[in-house]
Amino acid sequence: MTRYAAMFERSGQRALGAFLTLGDPGIAECEAYLDALVDGGADMVELGIPFSDPVADGPVIQAAAVRALKAGVRTGDCFEMIGRFRKRHPDIPIGVLTYANIVNARGIEQFAHELAEAGADSLLVADVPCLEAEPYAAAAKAAGIDLVMIAAPNTPQATIERIARISSGYTYCVARTGVTGADRRLQLDHRSLFESLDLAGAAPPVLGFGISSPDHVREALDHGAAGVISGSAIVQRIADGASPAEVAAFVRELRGATEAQRLDFASVAL
Amino acid sequence: MLMTGRFGRFGGAYVPEILVPAITELENAFLAARGDPSFQAELDDLLTTYAGRPTPLTRCRNLGAGKARIYLKREDLLHGGAHKTNQVLAQGLLAKRMGKCRLIAETGAGQHGVATAMVGALLGFETRIYMGADDVERQQLNVFRMELMGAEVVPVTSGGRTLKDAVNEALRDWTASFADTHYLLGTVAGPHPFPLMVREFQRVIGKEAREQILEMEGRLPDAVIACVGGGSNAIGIFSDFIEDEGVALIGVEAAGKGLDGRDHGATILKGRPGILHGAETFLLQDEDGQVDDTWSVSAGLDYPAVGPEHAHLKESGRADYVGVNDQEALDAFAALARNEGIIPAFESAHAVAFALKLAEERDDNPVLLVNVSGRGDKDMASAQRLLGK
Repeated sequence: MTRYAAMFERSGQRALGAFLTLGDPGIAECEAYLDALVDGGADMVELGIPFSDPVADGPVIQAAAVRALKAGVRTGDCFEMIGRFRKRHPDIPIGVLTYANIVNARGIEQFAHELAEAGADSLLVADVPCLEAEPYAAAAKAAGIDLVMIAAPNTPQATIERIARISSGYTYCVARTGVTGADRRLQLDHRSLFESLDLAGAAPPVLGFGISSPDHVREALDHGAAGVISGSAIVQRIADGASPAEVAAFVRELRGATEAQRLDFASVAL
Repeated sequence: MLMTGRFGRFGGAYVPEILVPAITELENAFLAARGDPSFQAELDDLLTTYAGRPTPLTRCRNLGAGKARIYLKREDLLHGGAHKTNQVLAQGLLAKRMGKCRLIAETGAGQHGVATAMVGALLGFETRIYMGADDVERQQLNVFRMELMGAEVVPVTSGGRTLKDAVNEALRDWTASFADTHYLLGTVAGPHPFPLMVREFQRVIGKEAREQILEMEGRLPDAVIACVGGGSNAIGIFSDFIEDEGVALIGVEAAGKGLDGRDHGATILKGRPGILHGAETFLLQDEDGQVDDTWSVSAGLDYPAVGPEHAHLKESGRADYVGVNDQEALDAFAALARNEGIIPAFESAHAVAFALKLAEERDDNPVLLVNVSGRGDKDMASAQRLLGK
């Protein structure tokens, strides 16, 4: 069983994912924050490899990439951080999120291979849509990791079916159009998208973009998401100088919003 | 999408999945408009009665005399002061047909922003222009022009605070706003269908120039020379000469403070293939794929990528790309002013500089066609400072 499959089973399809940018604000500090995510109860981590021009990200995650790059963090450092994290946490699924130019600069196959070697479970390339995904899917498959694709409420049926074919691990569903970051225009009810994905046989839907409070978490999961990913809210705390313990406490709050129902789920299952 | 948007191995559509419906809608609208005589008629009318096409072809009376016959395609005389107006009018009409009510655009020196503000005022769009915060400082006059025509100018403070960062910000806006907003991209870069569409809308430059030079000189030119930042004026003047094998196509990149250092914008000469702003193309970047900040005295050439069709023209060998540095461009700027009474944009001065170089090097009295893509008014303050007058 893959780490993702085990996680969805363990959490009763109510998984909490936590995102941060690798190397933000520096390598040693970031490793402490990584462990804080796990301490706080994250079921999976989603780790950004910084890129100079992150067009899918809002100001909070852009700033994190700038901090990491200013600290001199390179792609190779990110692979090493992932490798060390994997040794400390053998069972937590690790997703990696980056941009096409970072992948292509190393060579798509080589990048996927190094990612697998380091112990990552999946790769999401933010500016690679289904139209351009074939070489990335082939490289991920050869390396034995999942390629995760994004589905949005405006994604046409034909693309959903393609996502179901080439994407595995989980399906990254976006809570709204636009870039990452907290926003009032959040829509958390995506049952029709989740149903289309399910009918097409896609991997479990995990909702991201703008998930920043326990209420968001609860509502998204209650509307049928198999998991949620919170990013900007965590990264903003790092930017504000929160300690790893404070970041862990915030993740714990989010995790709490998944818990009550996990117990219900368990009792129903009994 | 109906097409792959590839030029050889370059191009494509590297955008977040969320944006795919937006570029698909645009591709559909573009292909439908291209086949619709009423669209072309409305565009032709605007190009003639509003923008002032056709622009003249001017033979230099003094520059290069005895060494070359240099012809200038006068896009500097177009309304708005640069070739940008051609395709902005076309995209504006397209946005209307798509039922959009808002335009967004990026701008470097401000020329494309001014052109977009113009069409926003003319066709009744709410218009927002993203401009690097440093460029806002350097180009106050153009900022005022845009505001005068009703556009909102948003300074971009992320990254290097120049054109590249303005494109990033416009793309971010578009991923949230495409339902009612058209992204009026200013050059032949970006995801499909922009490189193809902007080329088709700039083709008019080369189409006119080809007829004009045949009329005036009785033959095709030996070389067509244009500056290349994103590359829209160059593609525009090259397109109708691509089939003419005897005509050399020469793109002039910004060598800035020199090609040996990092302070230049010579993407094709010094970059390697990568992916930025939706397209696979040559890119100035480090080993890890982080995109470099660039430098040129001309803001319009200060861009780390280039239109994917130029990457293909380079790789296929159909076009040659050369570098002209800041000083050479400034010398040509002054020379054209002094000898012909024409003040070109700093960008266009790069093309003029290379034509003068070629005139010196060749001894066969060649016919050289140079695209003067814009006029120099926007550069007056910098010129005053740099030429020490």
